[in-house]
Amino acid sequence: MSFKGKDVVSIRDFSRKEIEHILSVAETMVPAAKGQETNELMKGKILATLFYEPSTRTNLSFKAAMLRLGGSTLGFTDAKGTSATKGETLADTIRMAEAYSDIVVLRHPQEGSARLAAQFSKQPVINAGDGAGQHPTQTLLDLFTIKDELGSIEGKNIALVGDLRYGRTAHSLAHALAMFDTNLTFVSPKTLKMPGEVIKHLEDEGAEPVISDDLESVIPDSDIIYVTRIQKERFPDPAEYIKVAGSYRLDLDMIKDAKQTMRIMHPLPRVNEIPPEVDATVHSAYFRQAFNGVPVRMALLALVSGVV
Amino acid sequence: MKITPISNGTAIDHIPGGMALKVCRILDIPETGSHSSISIAMYVSSKKMGFKDLVKIEDRELKRKEVDKIALIAPNATIIIIKDTEVTKKMQVSLPKKVMEIVKCSNPNCITNKKEPIVSEFSVENGSEIRLKCIYCERYVEDIMESIVW
Ligand SMILES: [Zn+2]
Repeated sequence: MSFKGKDVVSIRDFSRKEIEHILSVAETMVPAAKGQETNELMKGKILATLFYEPSTRTNLSFKAAMLRLGGSTLGFTDAKGTSATKGETLADTIRMAEAYSDIVVLRHPQEGSARLAAQFSKQPVINAGDGAGQHPTQTLLDLFTIKDELGSIEGKNIALVGDLRYGRTAHSLAHALAMFDTNLTFVSPKTLKMPGEVIKHLEDEGAEPVISDDLESVIPDSDIIYVTRIQKERFPDPAEYIKVAGSYRLDLDMIKDAKQTMRIMHPLPRVNEIPPEVDATVHSAYFRQAFNGVPVRMALLALVSGVV
Repeated sequence: MKITPISNGTAIDHIPGGMALKVCRILDIPETGSHSSISIAMYVSSKKMGFKDLVKIEDRELKRKEVDKIALIAPNATIIIIKDTEVTKKMQVSLPKKVMEIVKCSNPNCITNKKEPIVSEFSVENGSEIRLKCIYCERYVEDIMESIVW
């Protein structure tokens, strides 16, 4: 299976087999990602990281991935001071960046920007988030984490919790999880329900998601509780926000009936969804999940360059 | 039903009932400064469709892009070309697999709505209703009629 020259724009561009291959390559990258081994697969290669909006976690994780592979990086972490503020088109900036590098990573506030970049760049483009659109490397690291924590993905009971309406990463993750024949439960306040269109797509793909607004009742059967942030801005009434945020808070009392093997994931940064007291329990997987961004991105960089 | 025959021009038949004025809007008729006769019949009973609309335009040929736009709102329409009072060609519109340029993405934050050197592109899904998915932002066009570019 060759990924050489392939762009990583949307998780929908990948089949289950391709995703499984990426995850297995990522597995081999773990020792180097931890610094236990040295790796020079990308020696002499340059990664351009073009971040038109700040995203510290994603940016550092891509840079760490390239450095762990023996390569170098250049780029910017904010659109301020770049030619974008002088009105240069993204298409022109991409044509400049591809001339200076071997792979382009793009984070941009407009949906569809990564697809555009891929069309203009001869070098592979990796989407690091395009507005409210796609963020495929997040989905891949989420899948990697589930596999790493539970041993496999297929057949697991996975609950996505929180803002499922506006959180587009939840939509991409649900799509990918449906490909792996998991049992999905969507838990959200009524106003932040998974859009009907996303559910219909999942059903077309053979999934039978369960919809709930009662988090506590879902916990005993779950293998993974994937928590996303509920943003204050989504609630016109602050009192309503406080009520909702309270009933979706995953504290020790809430998880007392969980299976011993249940794992909690969160894309981070968290606000109040998971209190710090949960960090020390066997259930917390979110810090390992954040680390997993490195081996997964190492795998992608190496795969699209054709060195593995 | 009586519609004045035209000697040269185009007739568009089998338009879904009530959609004739939208077809006219797509074709930008009546054209300012033109005095070509236009006949519009609406809610004509039809064996196949129950009701259908019909538009006849004198001295007008349709461009490929115009036919594609009509296909988006009237996928079963028939285009009849008339020359010297004779029907010289009769064809069914066909829904393309993808549409480019003729529709604007309804997502205001889509990169195709910014100043970039690209044209819009949508994949066409033809289920119980026609749906257009932007290949850039991956969202569906909310109201196709309102998103057609004039
Ligand atoms: Zn779009």
